[in-house]
Amino acid sequence: MMMILGIDVGGTHTDAVLIENLEIKKKTKAITNEKNLIDSLLNVMTELLRGENIAKLKRVVLSTTISTNAIVQDKTERVSLILVSGPGISPSLIDTHGMAHFVSGCINHRGIEVAKIDPIEIEWLGEELKRDSIQDAGVVGKFSTRNPNHELKIRDILGSRLRHISLGHRMSGHLNFPRRISTTFLNAAIWKLYNDFVTQVLDSLRHWGLSVPTYILKADGGTIDISHSVEIPVQTILSGPAASIMGILSLCEAKEDAIALDIGGTTTDIAILADGIPLLEAFGVTINGHKTLIRGLQTKSIGIGGDSRVTFADNRITIGPEREGPAAAFGGPFPTPTDALIVSGMTAIGDREKAALAITEIARKMDVPVTKAAEAIIDCTCREISSHVIRMIDEINNKPVYTIHEMLEGKKLCPRSLYIVGGPARAFSSKLGSMLGCPVSIPEHAEVANAIGAALARTTAEITLLADTERRTLSIGEEGIQIKIPPGFSRRDATLVGTKKLRELAIQKGAREEDLEIEIIEDQEFNMIREFHTTGKNIRLKLQVKPGLIAGYTTGKVL
Amino acid sequence: MKKTRKTGLVFFPAFDWAISSTHPEREERLLYTQDQVFEEGLLDFDNIIEYKPGIATIEDINRVHICIPDVTSVVTESHLISAGGAITAAEKVMRKEVDNAFALVRPPGHHAMLVVHGARGFCNVNIESIMIEYIRKHYGPKRIAVVDTDCHHGDGTQDIYWNDPNTLCISMHQDGRTLYPGSGFHEELGGPNAVGTTVNIPLPPRSSDEGFLYVLDNVILPILEEFKPDLVINSAGQDNHYTDPITNMRFTAQGYARLNEKLSPDIAVLEGGYSIENALPYVNVGIILAMAGLDYSHVREPDYNEAAVRQSAEISRYIEKEAAKIYDLWKNRESIRRNLIGNSRYVKRKKHIYYDTDGIREQQEETVRVCNDCGGLVVIDSFADTGNRILAIIIPGQSCPACRKEGELFYASIHKNQYSYVYFQDRDSDVFLADKGS
Repeated sequence: MMMILGIDVGGTHTDAVLIENLEIKKKTKAITNEKNLIDSLLNVMTELLRGENIAKLKRVVLSTTISTNAIVQDKTERVSLILVSGPGISPSLIDTHGMAHFVSGCINHRGIEVAKIDPIEIEWLGEELKRDSIQDAGVVGKFSTRNPNHELKIRDILGSRLRHISLGHRMSGHLNFPRRISTTFLNAAIWKLYNDFVTQVLDSLRHWGLSVPTYILKADGGTIDISHSVEIPVQTILSGPAASIMGILSLCEAKEDAIALDIGGTTTDIAILADGIPLLEAFGVTINGHKTLIRGLQTKSIGIGGDSRVTFADNRITIGPEREGPAAAFGGPFPTPTDALIVSGMTAIGDREKAALAITEIARKMDVPVTKAAEAIIDCTCREISSHVIRMIDEINNKPVYTIHEMLEGKKLCPRSLYIVGGPARAFSSKLGSMLGCPVSIPEHAEVANAIGAALARTTAEITLLADTERRTLSIGEEGIQIKIPPGFSRRDATLVGTKKLRELAIQKGAREEDLEIEIIEDQEFNMIREFHTTGKNIRLKLQVKPGLIAGYTTGKVL
Repeated sequence: MKKTRKTGLVFFPAFDWAISSTHPEREERLLYTQDQVFEEGLLDFDNIIEYKPGIATIEDINRVHICIPDVTSVVTESHLISAGGAITAAEKVMRKEVDNAFALVRPPGHHAMLVVHGARGFCNVNIESIMIEYIRKHYGPKRIAVVDTDCHHGDGTQDIYWNDPNTLCISMHQDGRTLYPGSGFHEELGGPNAVGTTVNIPLPPRSSDEGFLYVLDNVILPILEEFKPDLVINSAGQDNHYTDPITNMRFTAQGYARLNEKLSPDIAVLEGGYSIENALPYVNVGIILAMAGLDYSHVREPDYNEAAVRQSAEISRYIEKEAAKIYDLWKNRESIRRNLIGNSRYVKRKKHIYYDTDGIREQQEETVRVCNDCGGLVVIDSFADTGNRILAIIIPGQSCPACRKEGELFYASIHKNQYSYVYFQDRDSDVFLADKGS
């Protein structure tokens, strides 16, 4: 049986697990060294692999906060954006990160070139970038997923002058020009940093004598072979929350609609499972206010956690959103929900006296006994979390749909279970369960759920296929594939081509044959009419290898 | 910097519904609009909020129409959703969740008249009217103005509000002598108790942005100013566009956005527009940006050529003259009314209605009680070549006691076996009765 190493380098903690024979053989949790993530990674790795026969190790998966940190802390490279916008939304309404050069050229919604780019304009721009010592750039065209030729031509002209160029159409097959710009910008801005990181990781693995498949976790809860991740590093942002959801999936037997909560010190992350499958963001994840096209699991992070500051004013208790330090019981400056749990005897950690002292302050303002105040704080914390969960489910159920069939037959989410991980999970569980009307499960090994999630996540991929039989073209936007098709090309043909291409792509990105669970997530076919005659078909498909666990580790098996 | 507004968007393209597979009103009508709206990133603006449409009920439709024999026989789920989408847009505005809203829904409705034997002009039920009566039912009596900017005369909406002095129906459209449905001339001013609250502005073929904006500034806005509506509804048809395959006008995406900005409707509802690749994507982006108070100055069709869409000096002069005439009619509406009714106690009008989509012919006689206190009791006797002959008694919203009493007495005294069906519609008490006759 194979041995798998999973590591999640999070913002605060680094978790790691060594899995063998469907069992957690070893686990560890350490404080992350924010200054040196590689160090954090190597330390836990050394600890877990000590005394092991590393020949048995068959798979290493890393989830790291390196890309996220670089963006959130603004430690990114200086980049330039070259935008082929054409008419439409005003440039003043697009967030160009102050780095944009708008150039001529225009592609319309069908991918037809309406205005050409001007090679001389691009040449001049190249000289300007050189003078400004810009090394990394992003090239983004409106509707470039329908026809990437402008982006490709600009790259060909500028390529020799720059270190790296990120191309907009490779980021995602979704339509959304402003998001494509943001995504490409972020990709270009972290490209150097991420590449250095990968080089270091690969060097370290080599140093260990390890030559096993090594993966990086993406925001969609899927993995990608580390050497294939360097072209689009931005897809590794926000892998932390994804790791946590995948962890819950691997530790619980969730096959129904369910709620997954990760209650941390500062925040609580909420995710919803539909028939046991985590939901993806409709367009892409948002990071630090930047809306992107990065495929990611849908999570909602709220500013309520075990260490949130508790206040009482205007006759009501407020939890968070800020965290001013650890709980009072651990020497923190203010009362927190954790202190309330300690006072109520629901958890036995930290210094009980200090907790009681902090809660007394609230009790005095409320004019009730300390235990009553503690109870009220716990109640308020759970009520806040529940109301956010309910709102999120409502939002998902009220998401606009565009067909009569979906309007009338569309699935309504109705969660039947609640899974909770994180420090205060157990203490809050019964109250949250009764408020949300679901039985609660708290998985074992929940403290290293992220590392387990990373270890067992399968490789995912997605393609967006558009066949236009009038123009006789088939394109797969995010792969830059454009091929000619015969006029009689059908939806069935499109499905066959799409499945084949997705399979190839997923294998190339590190998927194993047994993990290729392919599904069609969008499937539309329209007639194209000219003067009341059908002149062609417009076939639109989206296919994915859906997020899930690698074969042999089906839901709930690891314990 | 313009002031941004919070705009609700109800987008329902009904990708699985068509009149027939090659009909202009077919599945992919809003496909390229969706592509453009998504690609421009409009749904990511904090002040543009997308809502899922509700589904209109049978009661919502019976409040407006007389459907023969009943609602379920003339509508499909798609109509209930498109009317429901308009209602959702209205709800968001009335509850002040947004400043204005756009129901970008299909199928359209502005050719559907009060009596519905079938589909005409691609419309089965009138989605704006269903929305308006929903607003009145739930938010009280309102003075409402409908400004129909579709290229075809909004004859359905005109018919429904022909006798309602509290609903101002303004339609600007390509001259009825050159386009379906062949009506909408400036002499059509409304029924005996609502003379002047129907305003028709026919425009000659090849009118461009300049002509549309001229009548907006010189007729529509001044009349709105005087009518003082609580709400302005725009029936936002998009077939005045220079690329539309079934009309002959020269309106542009910029023109539509400017018109919307100046009109500043509380609610806009999509009507026609069949240049699905070359107009709708750009026109809709322009309208959404204008409603949200965002810069639309860069919105332009890829093939836009200013010189090619300019109107002739002759057309400009013609439009100026028409505009003056129409505004005069509005100004003189009281004296026109006096001349029209004279000493009559009832006013009758006869109509021949052709349902082009379903191929039905209808003969109709409408009798209105002359009344100074409300829109007046309306009785409609209608016969269609489907074999159905019906009688409908309609007590208007905000009815006076006299009209109500007479309507109720008349309903009680009817010999029902002369008709296939007899209907009694009471808008104030929201009662709708249908009796099967012979």
